[in-house]
Amino acid sequence: MSSDLLVNINNLNFTYDQRPVLSGINMKIPRGKVVAIMGQSGCGKTTTLRLIGGQLKPSSGEVTVAGQVVHELDSAGLYALRRRMGMLFQFGALFTDMTVFDNVAFQMREHTDLPEELIHDLVLLKLNAVGLRGAQGLMPTELSGGMARRVALARAMALDPVLMMYDEPFTGLDPITMGVIGQLIRKLNDALGGSSIIVTHDVQESLQIVDYVYFMADGKVVAEGTPDEIRASDKAYVHQFVWGESDGPVPFQYPSEPYREQIYGAPLKETAHA
Amino acid sequence: MSRMTLDLWVGFFVAIGLGALLFLALKVGNLSSSNMAETYVIKGKFDNIGSLKVRAPVKSAGVVVGRVTDIQLDPERFEAVVSLALEGRFKFPRDTFAKIRTSGLLGEQYVSLSAGGETEVLKAGDTVKKTESAMVLEDLVGQFVFNKAAEGTAPK
Amino acid sequence: MLDVVISSVRGLGRRVTDKLGRLGYASRFFVMILLSSGTSFRRFFLIIREIYFTGVLSLIIILVSGLFVGMVLGLQGYDTLQRYGSAEALGVLVALSLVRELGPVVAALLFASRAGSAITAEIGLMKATEQLSAMEMMAVNPIARVVAPRFWAGVISMPFLAALFSAMGVFGAYLIGVRLIGVDEGSFWSQMQASVDFREDVVNGVIKSFVFGVLVTGIAVFEGYASEPTAEGVSASTTRTVVTSSLAILAADFILTALMFRGA
Repeated sequence: MSSDLLVNINNLNFTYDQRPVLSGINMKIPRGKVVAIMGQSGCGKTTTLRLIGGQLKPSSGEVTVAGQVVHELDSAGLYALRRRMGMLFQFGALFTDMTVFDNVAFQMREHTDLPEELIHDLVLLKLNAVGLRGAQGLMPTELSGGMARRVALARAMALDPVLMMYDEPFTGLDPITMGVIGQLIRKLNDALGGSSIIVTHDVQESLQIVDYVYFMADGKVVAEGTPDEIRASDKAYVHQFVWGESDGPVPFQYPSEPYREQIYGAPLKETAHA
Repeated sequence: MSRMTLDLWVGFFVAIGLGALLFLALKVGNLSSSNMAETYVIKGKFDNIGSLKVRAPVKSAGVVVGRVTDIQLDPERFEAVVSLALEGRFKFPRDTFAKIRTSGLLGEQYVSLSAGGETEVLKAGDTVKKTESAMVLEDLVGQFVFNKAAEGTAPK
Repeated sequence: MLDVVISSVRGLGRRVTDKLGRLGYASRFFVMILLSSGTSFRRFFLIIREIYFTGVLSLIIILVSGLFVGMVLGLQGYDTLQRYGSAEALGVLVALSLVRELGPVVAALLFASRAGSAITAEIGLMKATEQLSAMEMMAVNPIARVVAPRFWAGVISMPFLAALFSAMGVFGAYLIGVRLIGVDEGSFWSQMQASVDFREDVVNGVIKSFVFGVLVTGIAVFEGYASEPTAEGVSASTTRTVVTSSLAILAADFILTALMFRGA
């Protein structure tokens, strides 16, 4: 039922510089679910996230979040909607001129009139949830990659958003931190009662925590299903991706001239006798 | 950087900045109480103003008492009409003489006021009756040559 | 042969339209800064913080450069003037050169290299590390929060820095001319005071430095905001800030001088 849908993407098309980036995207993200969007780099996953967040406007089709069509909102409406969304950027995107504490407190200070004592307690609560309460006085440059991402997570969920979006949250992390972040994403989603969208190409980690997967290639949704369905899928593209095969629909060789011509320098003459 | 330290440094910066501006205005420039005083404008008509410019000083007995504010041409009588803004505290009698003089030999030109003896003073909008135009160098030289020539043919 | 000509003309045309497009974008950006400035002024601490980073931290270079420029003016000025027996006019020469031209222009050029490039690098880096995007997604307008305070801080700092430069320059010339060389102290100051007019020279100098402040800081924040979000992109933008600001300062100086000092 559409009233259960937090995010509804209908026939979304997006072109940039006359190049079609997304064609005919349809996605439904119900409340309370964690959904993964997977695919090769450049298939349009991050663009989809940006369209949901209203940073880009679709060429046609619509994105509806919590019943509101995102690109029809005026700037006040868009900002109001964004306060109910949280986004975790690929490398954290912490504000480098503030401490960890100030980073997490940012949204509270900008959007609420809460007194400093209350903000102090709330910030420590959020940092505790990601396990970094002791790092509150550090500057972002003093944090490791995994720690920075956890702080960014605490910052993104500072105002208890109903929709959380994660842009490649597992990229570049060690296995332990990956596991930690994966668990945090799941626990957070269940605790907040909202929905989460994870854009990733990390198959193992995400298939363990998500409820549904959308597979994208060349700007289209080529497959969708629960993690089990995806693992068992016989679609060539999905199969290559999930099992990490080196050659398949996504070719191994970068497009070039035929091998023999490049090596021998000229097209082979026909040696057939007339 | 705590708020207090930042405020302190910025306050220091603004303070020395203003100090520099004041230094420039008062010590380097000529801003003084006279520039801010009340002025009244009188006019003078000259046949030739030479190279007198707007903002040239108006002096009396060598002391600056005002500035030239405007120079116009009277299209009917083909005279230059010069507006002089004088400081309010200086009052000049109605028979004051206005001359255009040069500072030094080739310096900038200014208006010199020589007070007459009348008891009534010039009020705003009045016109100075007696004026003497600027000395034009070419006329001077011409006159000198003419005098010399006349001397040469004078009966010995 | 013809295609070479056509393609070079087309390339030239494209470059011109690109530049015009960029100029249009810059103008729109400038208007957005002005519209978002309400926040900066309501939370004035944001501007004060930036005045520290752009103004206060530029003090050393401005004061030292001003001193040196003044001293050189003193030396060069004396050398030329004493040939015409006008050594006492040294004060006039130095003061007018500094207050009208050198103060505003050189201070602005130094400001562009030091503070302008720093602003561009900072904003460009924030863009490259997605901090500006993150701010947007947290419903905070990055132009109001990051760009506008830096813009106003630069505009406010510039006249002060130019005045400090001129003042130090006069002092430097005084040190060299009066103390070292022996020009008469009395005539140094009195001739200067007689020739430097507050409204014509000092105020015009302040107006110039204000205009330069708008240009330099405007270019700096724009280049930072519009930079390519990569390391090379930020580096290129920083260089462009210094070059474009310097050219803009000199061009504006010409225009302003022509307007202000027309045959005065």
